[in-house]
Amino acid sequence: MKNQFKIMSTGAIVIAMLLNGCGGSSEQKQASEEIKTEASSTVNSNDPMNNKGIGPVKSITLGTLDQAMADEGQKIFQEKCSACHKPEEKFIGPAPKGIMDRRSPEWIINMILSPDKMVKEDPIAKQLLMDYNLAPMANQNLTEEQARKILEYFRTLK
Amino acid sequence: MKNSTLTGWGIFILFIITSCAPKGSDDKASPFSDDVASKVYVAPGQFDEFYAFLSGGFSGQMSVYGLPSGRLLKVIPVFSLDAEKGYGFNEETKPLLQTSYGFIPWDDAHHPELSQTDGVPDGRWIFINGNNTPRVARIDLSTFETVEIIELPNSGGNHSSPFTTENTEYVVAGTRFSVPVPQKDVAVETYKENFKGALSFISCDPVTGHMNVAFQVLLPAFNYDLAHSGKGASHGWTFFTCYNTEEGHTLLEANASQYDKDFIAAINWKKAEEYVKQGKTHDFPTSYYHNVYDDNSHMATSEQIKSVKVLIPDECPGLVYFLPTPKSPHGVDVDPTGEYIVGAGKLSADMSVHSFSKMLKAIEDKAFEKEIAGIPVLNYDAILAGVVKSGGLGPLHTEFDATGNAFTTFFISSEIVKWKVGTWEVLDRAPCYYSVGHLMIPGGDSKKPFGKYMLALNKITKDRYLPTGPELSQSAQLYDISGDKIQLLLDFPTVGEPHYGQGIPASLVKPKSKQFFNLADNAHPHVTKSEDQAKVVRDGNVVRVYMTTIRSHFAPDNIEGIQVGDKVYFHITNLEQDWDVPHGFGVMGATNAELLIMPGQTETLLWEPLFEGVFPFYCTDFCSALHQEMQGYVRVSKKGSTVPLKWWTGSSK
Repeated sequence: MKNQFKIMSTGAIVIAMLLNGCGGSSEQKQASEEIKTEASSTVNSNDPMNNKGIGPVKSITLGTLDQAMADEGQKIFQEKCSACHKPEEKFIGPAPKGIMDRRSPEWIINMILSPDKMVKEDPIAKQLLMDYNLAPMANQNLTEEQARKILEYFRTLK
Repeated sequence: MKNSTLTGWGIFILFIITSCAPKGSDDKASPFSDDVASKVYVAPGQFDEFYAFLSGGFSGQMSVYGLPSGRLLKVIPVFSLDAEKGYGFNEETKPLLQTSYGFIPWDDAHHPELSQTDGVPDGRWIFINGNNTPRVARIDLSTFETVEIIELPNSGGNHSSPFTTENTEYVVAGTRFSVPVPQKDVAVETYKENFKGALSFISCDPVTGHMNVAFQVLLPAFNYDLAHSGKGASHGWTFFTCYNTEEGHTLLEANASQYDKDFIAAINWKKAEEYVKQGKTHDFPTSYYHNVYDDNSHMATSEQIKSVKVLIPDECPGLVYFLPTPKSPHGVDVDPTGEYIVGAGKLSADMSVHSFSKMLKAIEDKAFEKEIAGIPVLNYDAILAGVVKSGGLGPLHTEFDATGNAFTTFFISSEIVKWKVGTWEVLDRAPCYYSVGHLMIPGGDSKKPFGKYMLALNKITKDRYLPTGPELSQSAQLYDISGDKIQLLLDFPTVGEPHYGQGIPASLVKPKSKQFFNLADNAHPHVTKSEDQAKVVRDGNVVRVYMTTIRSHFAPDNIEGIQVGDKVYFHITNLEQDWDVPHGFGVMGATNAELLIMPGQTETLLWEPLFEGVFPFYCTDFCSALHQEMQGYVRVSKKGSTVPLKWWTGSSK
């Protein structure tokens, strides 16, 4: 709970997002929903759900849950992320359970795709790095498509 | 008085500031424009223009430098063990060092040679010879790792090697020492009767690069010193220098210097291919090893081969000719057009340059002086294109620039002489500090030299650097050869003896450099692809630990149930999938080395615990802010103990 508050208060200082030169790091593959990459307007709010993070993905529209996609996402999560994240409990990094209520989908994907940039520039990610004793989130070089599937899996972790 | 001095200083400082202003607008006005430092200065964060690959000589390794800065980028382990990288210590690379003599942990590496396409370095692979236990290695330039080593049968001292043909159809490997072929127990005095010199042609698969001893040519018992293949018009031929045509077997210092002329052996390898196809080869029983490393399984495997195809010149007319060359010729270098073959008679002051077209005509006209073992000796005057009267002493090696100039090293007079190909006129000379052997111009032995820089590879440094006790480093010296005059820019000490080198524009190598291994492609038989698959398996006294690493923990990091006398194999997979995140592994009391595991790779360390107790292991390569937390324990119990085999990370299982 305490962490939650810290993150919320730090989240007030959301910096103007520099969108140039951030995109195009991996091949854009369309999942079941459209992932838009055009620049979104600057966000300035206390609500972390309005923070889209810093990275290639600017806007995601979520449709109804695609269970097949979530299953694939679970498999990728198991291979690439489970060394540091357990679905339902804090491990090296935070548990993804309930993350859809705490973070915007864009923030989650950008954290997966460009953690190096996020922990330097995004206020929530910076705070998380401190809260988790400077354990850096590894860049596992996932594609946007893979990250999107993991996001679908996260939607099942309520 | 004081004021005017200050004003004077002020003007001086202003002058300095002005003249230090960024270059470009008025370069000539700068008092520092002749300062060679600016020519070798590569600003922090900037890249060098060329890669230089220098052999480590008797270190058995190859080092990679950037030019013009002289920055050391990597030491690639090839023929010698390297505890830093676990090379030759981990289970995966041990097979690379297998030979018919068993596991050989060292060799003497002399000549790096880049693969070529159409006579130009292509940046795919680099080869290097091992002299002592005759071998040739191939290094992949996407990983900068040794991926193949082939042993050479019927050879003794693989020196004239591994020079490539125009499209890397072959790399060659001529024996320095003639030996009984096949090996047998005979009196050394029977040298002339029983000894032979084998020249090997190793074919390279155009896609995989895999090497194969395609055939050998069996020549008289001379010493075969260096080689270069023809290019352009002379493509299809390879030239080997021979000395000791006196066939001495003792006190060669005197006995191998009797004759005025020795030879360059010209081998028509296209003709050899025809003879091989016609079945003119003899299958000689022998034994040699071929070791290949696979980037997907991350393992090397060894194969023992028991026979080799041999061509006997006496039975194959037109296969070999001897070109008489004064005097104990060392280097043989072919100019970019392929017409001129430069023989550096190391015991003479002058260099003889043969003409390839005259050589063909002499063969056609049968302008032969004599025959040796069925091999025609061509008439010296009929094939000579010219003589370079250099004024230097002890010519060794020649390389070429892109504008028709040649550069030859002189060991005894310790200098490099620049001369004009075709007119043989000496244009310039520059001293070397000291005792230069080979030289290297990027692409300087190819059809299209890249030119610009030249490296002198020196044997002796004497008073050049701060002393380091009795043993001093060897060195490389960088010269600018873009102008009329050779200009010394830099000298730097090297790792081992930089016997020979190759240079290539960074643009031909850098884009292909691998950043990490894809975990999904990892086909290691003991891979662990995710942390939940980490486990420990006992089979008798063999215990296999399937371990993973990611910043910053091992899984498992606590292991119990190991016993004294066990053979514990740590099969460690690095789960990271990002550039520059290797993890290391050191375990207390290991009698071999550490592991250094690249992202996506699996490596194996064998650990044989001698005592009961609890022993720590840890990550040796600083990986993150929590690197110092990346550790674990293995509990070792007495043999036959009832402590169960258990492992966990985070919470006890």
